[in-house]
Order: sequence, then C-alpha cells, then structure tokens
Amino acid sequence: MRLRNFQIYRGDNNEGTMEQYKTEVDQGMVVLDVIHRIQAEQAGDLAVRWNCKAGKCGSCSVEINGKPKLACMTRMNEYGADETISIRPLKAFPIMKDLVPEVSWNYEQNKRIAPFKPDPHKRNENGDYVMMQEDIDRVQEFRKCIECYLCQNVCHVLRDHNRKDAFVGPRFMIRLASLEMHPIDTEDRIPDIKDSYGSGMCNITRCCTDVCPEHIQITDNGIIPLKERVVDRYYDPVVKLFRWLFRKK
Amino acid sequence: MNISEIKTIEHDVIVLGAGGAGLRAAIECSMQGLSTGLVCKSLLGKAHTVMAEGGVAAALGNVDSRDNWKVHFRDTMRGGKFLNNWRMAELHAKEAPERVRELEEWGAVFDRTKSGLINQRNFGGHRYPRLAHVGDRTGLEIIRTLQDYGIHQGIDVYMECTGLDLLKDGDRISGMVGMWRETGEFVIFKSKAVILATGGGGKAWKITSNSWEYTGDGYGMAYEAGAELMDIEFTQFHPTGMIWPPSVRGILVTEGVRGEGGILVNSEGQRFMFDNIPERFSAETADTEKEAARWLEGDKDARRPPELLTRDVVARAIRKEVKAGLGSPHGGAFLDIASRRNAEDIQKKLPSMYHQFKVLAELDITEEPMEVGPTLHYFMGGVRVDPDSQMTCVPGLFAAGECAAGVHGANRLGGNSLSDLLVCGKLAGEGAANFVQSGQSEPDLDETQVKAIIRSATDILNRESGENPYLIHERLQDTMQNHVGIVRDDELLSRGISDIEILWDDFHKVKADGSSQFNPGWHEAISLRNLLITSEAVARAARMRKESRGAHTRIDFEGERDEWLKVNIVVRKSEDGSMSVETVERENPDSELERIANLSIEEIEEEVSREAAGKI
Amino acid sequence: MTKITGGHITGFLASRRTDKWWFEPLWTGLGFLAFVIYTTWAMFQGDHYWWSAGQDGFGGYLSPFYSPLLFIKEGVSGSAPLDHAWFGSWPGWWPKLIPATPAILILAGPLSFRMTCYYYRKFYYRAYFMSPPACAVEGVPQKNYKGETMLLVFQNLHRYTLYIALGFVAILSYDGILSLFRGGDFGIGVGSIILIINPILLAGYAFGCHAFRHITGGSQDCFTCPNGEPTIRYKVWKGVSWLNGRHMFWAWASMLWVAFADIYVRMVASGQWVDYSTWSN
Repeated sequence: MRLRNFQIYRGDNNEGTMEQYKTEVDQGMVVLDVIHRIQAEQAGDLAVRWNCKAGKCGSCSVEINGKPKLACMTRMNEYGADETISIRPLKAFPIMKDLVPEVSWNYEQNKRIAPFKPDPHKRNENGDYVMMQEDIDRVQEFRKCIECYLCQNVCHVLRDHNRKDAFVGPRFMIRLASLEMHPIDTEDRIPDIKDSYGSGMCNITRCCTDVCPEHIQITDNGIIPLKERVVDRYYDPVVKLFRWLFRKK
Repeated sequence: MNISEIKTIEHDVIVLGAGGAGLRAAIECSMQGLSTGLVCKSLLGKAHTVMAEGGVAAALGNVDSRDNWKVHFRDTMRGGKFLNNWRMAELHAKEAPERVRELEEWGAVFDRTKSGLINQRNFGGHRYPRLAHVGDRTGLEIIRTLQDYGIHQGIDVYMECTGLDLLKDGDRISGMVGMWRETGEFVIFKSKAVILATGGGGKAWKITSNSWEYTGDGYGMAYEAGAELMDIEFTQFHPTGMIWPPSVRGILVTEGVRGEGGILVNSEGQRFMFDNIPERFSAETADTEKEAARWLEGDKDARRPPELLTRDVVARAIRKEVKAGLGSPHGGAFLDIASRRNAEDIQKKLPSMYHQFKVLAELDITEEPMEVGPTLHYFMGGVRVDPDSQMTCVPGLFAAGECAAGVHGANRLGGNSLSDLLVCGKLAGEGAANFVQSGQSEPDLDETQVKAIIRSATDILNRESGENPYLIHERLQDTMQNHVGIVRDDELLSRGISDIEILWDDFHKVKADGSSQFNPGWHEAISLRNLLITSEAVARAARMRKESRGAHTRIDFEGERDEWLKVNIVVRKSEDGSMSVETVERENPDSELERIANLSIEEIEEEVSREAAGKI
Repeated sequence: MTKITGGHITGFLASRRTDKWWFEPLWTGLGFLAFVIYTTWAMFQGDHYWWSAGQDGFGGYLSPFYSPLLFIKEGVSGSAPLDHAWFGSWPGWWPKLIPATPAILILAGPLSFRMTCYYYRKFYYRAYFMSPPACAVEGVPQKNYKGETMLLVFQNLHRYTLYIALGFVAILSYDGILSLFRGGDFGIGVGSIILIINPILLAGYAFGCHAFRHITGGSQDCFTCPNGEPTIRYKVWKGVSWLNGRHMFWAWASMLWVAFADIYVRMVASGQWVDYSTWSN
C-alpha cells in the first residue's frame, strides 16, 4: 500500500517544529487512527488527547490542514491521496506538548457562571418538576455541547485578539443561554452576560457555529437571543422608558 | 530521591475517577463536610460516562405507572441470574428514582412525557419503560450536570493526573501517589479515605466499546493494596458494537436502537431472535412478529420483542448466526431501524447514532441497516465492597460504579449502569464521610512505599532498552479477545493464562522512549500493570467458574449450576505475591427480597397494583 | 506574517488553511458591492420608475426603490402622476446640488434594516471589515479589540429598523396589488408577478429577523405557561424560527429581487422591454 504524508507539530509552547511522517492508511481510517499508528510505530511519545473516539467526549480537537476539527470524526478519504496532511494543536490556547493544548482557562470561565437555581414552586404535588418538551427543546440543543472547545479556538475574539479578559467565548455563551432559557431557572445573569461575560464582544461572524461538531446553532439560537435579551434590559429606549414609567415604587 | 521535594496534597478523602460515580461520590463527600480531592486521568467531563447513550434506569413510573422498585429489583436480579448482591440490588432499585430527581434539581434536562414529566424508554430486560433519557446522549447529560454542580461544591479537581498506587499506614489507607500527565512529576495525596471510581478494564480486549482510560486501574490498585476482586469473570459483551470499517470496530451502538423498535436479522433476512428465547424469559417475550409489533405500538397486553432480551442472550445469538454462516459481510448481524421507523423519528430519537454512522461508516441509518457485532462493554464484577458503605476490606478504601462488584451479578441490564453509579457513588461518599468522621487519626506516610511506587514508574523510562509498551498491549488484547472472549472453555482459558504469564515477564522489561512530559508511551506502559492484573484475574476466575451463567459462557460447562449460585469467586493477592483465586460462600438473602425476586410477573404486578390501590 | 509555535503563523490574513477560504468573502463582497453600485445609480436617476402603459386611473407598476413616493417631481420621463404622491409635488426648498429623486428620501429605511441585520453583519464583518475574513484566518490586527461594545453599539437598535422594514412590507404589498390594475382594469402582467413576489421575499426576510424572533417568543423562558399548552406566541415563534433558519437565503433573494424589480420597471418604462400581460391585446 502507498504511504501517505503527514506533518505533525512536535514541541511545546516555547519551541517546536512540524515533523514529517509517512504511514499507511487503511479503509475507513480517521485522522486520529493515523496519529495512533504513528504513535505506535514511529513516535511513542507523540502527545495527543483523546478518549471516546466517537465524537462524544470532545477531547481530540486539533487543526487539520488549518481547519479546527475533531481528529476522531475526520475521515481520511476527505483528503486527496497525494495531499500532505498537516496536524497542529489549537491556536487559541497555550501548548502543553505536541497536539495537546492547555485548556484550563475554559474551566475557570465555567466556574464563574452562576449555577442553575430551580424554582421550587414549579414542582407538582408529587415533588416532580413539570416541564414541557416545547420548553426544553432550546435548552437541550445547547446541552448537546461536548466541550471540545473548537468554537473557543476559532472565535477570533479569543484566537486573534486574545480578549480572554473580556469574553467567555461561544461555549460559555451557550452554557449561559441554556441556563437563561431554562423554564424553571430563577437566577438573573443578564447583567453579567453584558458586562462580565462580554456578549457585546461577539460580532456574530459565526465561525463557532461553522466548526461545531454537534451542529449546535451557537450564534443564531444562543448568542443572538442573549444579545437581544441584553438589548431589552440596556439598550432599547422604549422598553427603558416603559420600565421607568411603571417601575415599582 | 528525596520525597520532601515531592508536592504533598492533603484532603480528608481522595476520589479517583471523575465519571458519574466519582463525581457523585465527590459531591456527597463535600456535602458531608469533607475536604475532597477529585483526581482524574482525563480532563473533567470527558470520562467514559459520556459514552452511555440509552438512559438511566429508575422506577419513576412516569410512563407506565405500574412500575415500582420491586419490579426493578426483580428485573435486575433476573438479569443478573440471581448472582447479584441482594442488598445492593435492593438499594439500587429503591434509591435510583431519588437520584434521578436530584439530577433534575441540579440542572439535568431529561426528555419529557406529554404531561411534562421525565420521559422513560424501553430497554432490554426491563419490564416497563424505565430509562430516563436525553435522546441518545444520556451519559453526557449526567456527567455535565454533575460537573457543573460539582464545581460549585468546593471540590478540588486535579485533572490529567494518573493514580499510580495506594499508600497504606498499617492496614488502613493513607493516600495515593499520582503523576501529572503533563509534566511527568509525581504528587502525593495524603488522605484518610480513598474512593475508587475508575470504571472497568475493557481495554484489555481488542474489540471493546471502552476508551484508553479503561485499563483496570482501580482493580490493580485495590488488588495491590490488599482488597478483593469479586465476580470479575463476568465481563459483558454488548451485542451491538460497530464492526465496519475496521478502525471503528467495537464502538457502541446503543440498545436504544432496539428499544425504539430496531430488529436484528441475519444475512437471509430472517429475524433470528425469535429462535433464541431462553426458557426463563419465554413467558414475558413475544413469540410472533405480530405481537412484537403490537408491543411497539404501545399495547400493554403484548409481550416485548425478543431483541430486547438481556445482553448476554442477544450477544450469544448473534455469535451463533455468524458461526452458522449467516452473518453479515463483515461478520456480524444486521440491525435494522430504517424499515421500522420514519427518518424524522430516527433522527429525533437517535441523533448521535445517526451522526456516528453517517460520519464514521458513511451509512445512513434511516435508509440502510447497520452491521453490528458483540463488543466488550462492561465489568459486572470488580472490587468487593460492603453493600451499605461501599467500603472494601481495607479500612478507608471504597469503590463505586463499574469499579465495584455486586449490583449486577452475572449480567447487567442496560440502563442499570448509570443508576448504579449515581446510587453507589452517593453511598460511597456517605460511607467515606462516616468513616472519616468516626474519629480517624491522621495517617502517617510511609516513605519507602512512596519511593517504591515512583521507582517502578521511572524504571520504565530509565531502562536502556526493552519491550515496546504498545506491542505488549496489542498482544494482551489479542490474547483476551481470542482466549477470554464471549465463549470460553478450559483449554482456551489456560492458554490465555499462560500467555498472560509471558506478558508479565515482558512487562517487567518494558521501555518507553522520550521524556517524562506528556508521554503517551510511558503512560501506556504504566497502565499495563493494571491491565495485566485485571486480565489475569478475569482469566483465572473464569477458569474456576465451571458453569455458564449470564455473561460467562463455558462451552465445556453448559447451563447454570446450582452449586455455583451459592458462591462468589474472590481474587486477592496472597502473601507470596501470587494471585489467589477462591470461592467464598454467599450470604443468605433476606427472605422478603428472595420472595420478590421469585414472584412471577403476574404475581408481582398484582401485588404492586394492590399496594398502589391501598395508598389511594 | 510571523511564524509562531504550534506550527501556526500570525499576521493579517495568516492561516494554515489549504482550501479556498477567500472564495466566500470574495463573492459575497463583490455581489453586495454590485448591488450597492446599481442601487446608487438607480436612486440618482429619478426617472423611469413608474409605468402604466400611458393610462390614468387606478393601478400601474412602481419600482420598489421609489416606494413610497413622498414627493413627485413632475414632467420627468417615466414618473408617476402627481396623485400618487403622499405629500404632493416636489418641495421648492430642495437644494439644487442634490438630485430631486424620490428614491433618495426613502432608501435609508430598508438600508438601515439590512445594515444592522444579524446576517448582513456576519457577511460584511467578514467580507469588508475582515474581522475575520474567514474562519481560522486572521483578520485586521487590532490592539484592543472591542467587538460591538463601543463604536458598533448602535447595532443593538436593530429592532427599530425592523419596524421600518415591516412598514415597507405593507407598502410594497400595496404596490403589488396596484400592479394588478391598469387604468382601473384588473389584469396581470409579468411586471405584476415581479412586484408581487417582491414583498413576499421581503416579508420572508423581515419576518425571519432575529429581533422579530426575540419579540414574538424568544424573550420567553416558558412557552407553555400558564396551563401547559403551547401558547400562540410559541407557534408564531416556531414559524419565525423556521424562516430565521433560512435568513441568509431570504436576505439575498429579497435583495437581488428588489434590484431586479427596479430594473424591470425601468426597462419597461423606458421602452426597452415589452411587458407581456393580459391587458396588451
């Protein structure tokens, strides 16, 4: 069988190079299989993060030929037989080693978000929460998120402008959306969404949606509805006037 | 080596593993006021629980109000061929509904019934629709809920840290030595209690639904620390794993496909499960396609289709078809949902299956049948624990979830794993809290133990040359696949054991190249010890159990034997360091539990409805 | 462009993508540019925006660029009769330097809706502002990127431009009805079909607006409160969401069609094209 050409980043956050590898590719293989084969046969210490190998855990996020993707869900037959395939770690985060990014910043953001706070009055006489499917469809879409952080990586606010101080990124905007649109949640996060989590930093160029392996409509169903809720609270002059006129004394 | 240079982190309790059981245990510990450290090999939220698809079994009775804990308990015992620990199965069935409701309180968003309650679906071996679910990504929902709740409970999370071995102060636990995967540096966790929630050891097999993390770490560490492994010969082969293309072989196809009406057919288009109904289940299983179809439409008088028999039965039936030359092109069976449901329903009910086949196999499951075959999925056995406290025979050492034995007996029902890890995770947390708060003094750290643990890890890097860890692992997988597989006999198992002995020798010469920083080769080599302990324990226990029961099938000893129902097989490390395998008499069951488990389905339904009427 | 670790590069347009990432911003950028150039030209013409085959009375084709006709300058070739103007003849105070064309008075309305639209924002931030030009392609370097928090904060008033756009949907729908009459007689011509499709496309675009989606139901956390039944708002929201999922299609279709409608009326009014109709014979 013909050998195929690969370039894989080897190094850490300070220095490294794109190393060349050649290996065989069998039918049905995905890019992660290739990385594993190279690991087993040529480079035992090649670092890559992975778990489920079925697109469910979101561990193996890398950039393949410059595009952010899950290595386990990218089939080799997407590429031409003569094409050299380059595999790089995520650009928006520091590199631990080789293809493994340091993503702890994301965990810090999650911790900042006020947790779910259910309304106890929404229980029925048996103590069960009653929620209709129509009410949770939106929330369930966001909860499909596997935290692969491809959206965080491709978001230019974080990737190019490094405004990690001002914007929590698409992943946590949809986490916020899943809480804000939850039919029985009682916490108000709108002021923080505007000021602390930075909904205004997003200029809705939708790259997060383009790369989402779960096909969550991050921008249209998550971020824009949150922006509109922020408008209600802070920018709409008529709503403001209305609220001022009928404010509770 | 000076161990004072190694960072020491102190907690009341260390939980190893951050899947459902570990997270639930850690939350409980923290709620009970313990200083809690949660150590995991991967990033938080990536543990194997995310792979659980179908749902969490709990007798909520939302879809069929006839359901209650007694029926769930009876189903679990019958599925486990009565080898389950009676008390654990009881606790599991009784507490599962409360654990599921609690998840909702913490933010989980389950699919709903028309009246707005948690929806429940049918699954193999469960009498009623019982599995609370979120499409086919229930595991993700559970782990994310526990994660998002847990991070606000004051738990300290140590991610990408491998647990190497436990530390003991005399008989009791004093902590654990770990290794940061990123830097390769070592760390000492000093604690009064350790909860193992490391899952199973499926990575010892070639075809498995398990990820790299499933290397039997908890089994190996508990074994080395003097704890016992029980029923470890019962390894579940899930009947429906992907088999084509080769690179995805083993990846799980949820039982939910059959729960939603999917059928199994052989290469001649014959629905072969009708010919494979065991006597024990014949009274509860449809014997014509017509009746099965009525059941799917919701007819409560119809009996369930045979595709929803327990996993051991279905896995063996598929194997039988393949042996008879009636398999699919790549050596499995066809699982067909396309002809049973319309495309929209399939995409709504089984989105990730649709996606998985579309991307990985370039197959549209709304158009074509899937090819499936058995894949190693789950360990029913594991660390032997007390049913109420989840403590092992080593004071301060606890285990929960797949890592522990007891709830599932000889075979686990689908959906009982997620409920197990919630129920037993909480019990382990309570157990650890009771233990720590019962006036335990500060344990002492033994430097020589720490040094020995570190040395055995660093030796792998420091050897001049040696065996490739990836190749040892591959050979182990071949051995287990071929000799300790779905159908076993004395000869195969003996060959497996002697292969494992050779692999032990090679393991002592294993060499990893490269530095200590994020070095997968080294990590692989370190995990080999636990894989070998696990594999050897499975093989030896399997050779000892001379009967076929549940997931353990011996062609040289067919059928269940009553004398083997009276014992568990227990594995422990003997004084001389060799593996001791022996039978241990089981305790007599509580008479009430025994009565419930042995009721016929008519009797139990009548009893339950009588009770319900009494309440009103 | 500078090499950095990870095998990446940084700098304007830096990317490791090997596909034709520049294609989408290029065609959308050029496509919209062509529209803007034509619209500007057409706006300044001030003539050939109305046609009724020389007949008086109820009916006629009116170019959507010129609707509503606030004031009408008389005596221009292809202009509407004076009674079509809302406020009569062209004001005397109008500065000489600015062409007296009715389009100039109203085009800002629909334009403001499009320019603050969440879809157009994606497209022009990518194609023109290059912020970023495409995914995983570095945009114009900025020291202190502020997104839509500072200069662009006005984008938050999109919902007000929606109200304007809804007004245009009503007016253009009326124009569509008008196009079914000529000299008071009912009939249908190619121009009628074009002018009827026009408000339909604009409605598809406006009713699929993200702000409209928010107003109809998106602002609610519960769609089945208080009695567990899906509310009317929910049903409307579902419909709006369906349109919203195809917002890009409606945006482009309505934009290209409105230009085409103007071209059609202009060509017919200037005698270049023949309008086939039931009135002709």
